[in-house]
Amino acid sequence: MAASILRRCWGSLLAQRCRTGDVPVLHNGQTWRRAQASGSIASGRRAGNSPAGERGVAPWVAVVGLEIHAQISSNSKLFSGSQVQFAAPPNSLVSFFDASLPGTLPALNRRCVEAAVMTGLALNCRINKKSLFDRKHYFYADLPAGYQITQQRLPVAVNGSLSYSLCVGGKKNQMVTRTVRIKQIQLEQDSGKSLHDDTRSQTLIDLNRAGVGLMEVVMEPDMSSGEEAAAAVRELQLILQTLGSSQAIMAEGQLRVDANVSVHHPGEAYGVRTEVKNINSARFLARAIDYEIQRQIKELENGQTVMNETRAFDYKHGCTIPMRDKEGKQDYRFMPEPNLPPLILYDTKSLPANMNHQQVVNIDWIRERLPDLPSVKRVKLVEQYGILPEHSVALLNEDGLMEFFQNVVRQTQMNPKKVIGWILNDMLCYLKQHNLTVKESPVSSLLLADLLNLLERGAISSSAAKQVFEELWKGEGKTPLQIVKEKKLELIQDQQEFEQICQAVMEGHQEEVMEIKKGNRKVLNKLIGLVQRTTRGRADPVLVKQILEKRLSQ
Amino acid sequence: MRKSGGVGGMWALRFSRYIRGAPLGGGSHWAGLSLGSRFTQAASGRSDSRQEAAGDPRQRGLVYQNPTWQHVEQRPLPQKKVTVEVLDHLERLALVDFRDWEGVQRLEKAIQFADQLHAVNTEGVEPMDSVLEDRCLYLREDNITEGTCTEELLRNARETVEEYFIAPPGNIPLPKLEERDTFLQVSE
Repeated sequence: MAASILRRCWGSLLAQRCRTGDVPVLHNGQTWRRAQASGSIASGRRAGNSPAGERGVAPWVAVVGLEIHAQISSNSKLFSGSQVQFAAPPNSLVSFFDASLPGTLPALNRRCVEAAVMTGLALNCRINKKSLFDRKHYFYADLPAGYQITQQRLPVAVNGSLSYSLCVGGKKNQMVTRTVRIKQIQLEQDSGKSLHDDTRSQTLIDLNRAGVGLMEVVMEPDMSSGEEAAAAVRELQLILQTLGSSQAIMAEGQLRVDANVSVHHPGEAYGVRTEVKNINSARFLARAIDYEIQRQIKELENGQTVMNETRAFDYKHGCTIPMRDKEGKQDYRFMPEPNLPPLILYDTKSLPANMNHQQVVNIDWIRERLPDLPSVKRVKLVEQYGILPEHSVALLNEDGLMEFFQNVVRQTQMNPKKVIGWILNDMLCYLKQHNLTVKESPVSSLLLADLLNLLERGAISSSAAKQVFEELWKGEGKTPLQIVKEKKLELIQDQQEFEQICQAVMEGHQEEVMEIKKGNRKVLNKLIGLVQRTTRGRADPVLVKQILEKRLSQ
Repeated sequence: MRKSGGVGGMWALRFSRYIRGAPLGGGSHWAGLSLGSRFTQAASGRSDSRQEAAGDPRQRGLVYQNPTWQHVEQRPLPQKKVTVEVLDHLERLALVDFRDWEGVQRLEKAIQFADQLHAVNTEGVEPMDSVLEDRCLYLREDNITEGTCTEELLRNARETVEEYFIAPPGNIPLPKLEERDTFLQVSE
């Protein structure tokens, strides 16, 4: 409490000093380098609005930390045998324990423990061989017990890290890798859902979600922008999906993000932070955080203070608004969960010989069975196919796209470096336009491979190939070859026919021919284009250029 | 049961690890009946009182035959007055109204009763959270075994709409102290 008041004063002090332009410039320290690396947030605003900006004062630096709740993918709940399923009829998946009827006791789901261990290992955490469960008390209708079972004192995994990549630079063409430390991963229960009926002034309670297993992943405040936070969350999402420990579908609330945001000047103490709660959309994650950063900077530059408060992101208006806090400052009254002894995990060394294997979670066994993580998959893609790192990022970003790419490569003679262009530029573009997933694509990997083979063999030009692709997209069941035949898209193979067409084009455009002969080689491209138009893309541009050059020099 | 937070640690109740220390032998966790004797014994600081009181438990079984009691002096214990702020905080957390000074006095007495535990010398003793803490935590297979009992559950509710429970719109907080018609103000 005292600390928060102190911090608040410090915040307003900072703001005052900014206005008088008295802040010492600090050009060292890690925070400063970070700020530079991330393109110095809001430097534009500072330079424009603040008198201090003119004196070359360091820009504001934002500090972002995340708490992410990931719903564990399991058949049954964390402590009860009721089913986990999204969008089931209300209160149809509730056991007596979930409704906290007297006399019921928790029974821990092994699958949930394994999912947390797996996630911890994938995030380079130290797995605690002994972890503890605690009760966190708060009073709300969707938490009928009046407390949540969580892991406050000794969580299942600690001290990890997550590396993620993002594109930086003016043109977003430079890939950088950053790392955020993982403070801990704790197992805990989800709450039920409340539906607020404002007109009748009542709340409808559905306990289907109450007691579903969650992994809370706590990230250290190592990020400095919404973009970084979004990239880190996206990477975490991919890791969880690869592991299968969570489906991590944000739209279904399986991945929920709370962001702690503050701003300060490099080299100075961190500012007062706010918490932006329940950001449940990948699309809005970066925007919500960036809005909050800008809002705090604006407040401070106007001589206001940032309040230590909880805020919500308003999707409609794209801003954060203060949340009506539940009754002032929280007092969760943590206490050890008396019904659950410590959770003991084993490794191969510590495993007792006569232990019932159904009662054992073996860390080494899980580690040996970890699948390739996205980062490893990307490296392998780059090595195996010679594609660029950013291509590998794009391939993994879309569910099933990597497999699609690999299937196409397997079925075509075309160089993977050329295939990737078709996958990322044409295929992905069409999918996005029609809002389809890779699985729903009307063009199968086999059809695309057929098409690319025609192109590779020189049977069609690349512009003709694009036309074929467009036809394939209609999903009428024709093969690329059929479409080529039907639309007469084959390249003109007859040398004589070719020469005649080129001759005709030259005769029809004497002016251009004169230009070229005078030495303006650029006009040649125009002629090539004209030949292409006449042949409706059926001419091989290399051949056209050769013929034209030959004829022009005659 | 160990932590209280809100009331400045006044509730702090520690089961001493001593309870299941060496004398009790392996495999025993339940010393419920003898709790009283343990605490007083520990408080008295005499290490041999156990033997005098109950004999060697290794010979007589796991549970002490005769509980012993020892009076703890009330005087040296910290006499804590419950402040208005703490009362307000407690009322808010519990969403209950202590109503009158009688209720407050009952609370103070309860705190004093629990505070006797402060007299126990626990130096060098690792706190124990639960008598189950050396037991294995049973792990359940991830099977669906229960949960289809909507009707039974909803029967417990005073009010339902379709298959939903009905609750008031959010918590109904107690009004702020100064806006509240409470005895706490006048008696200050």
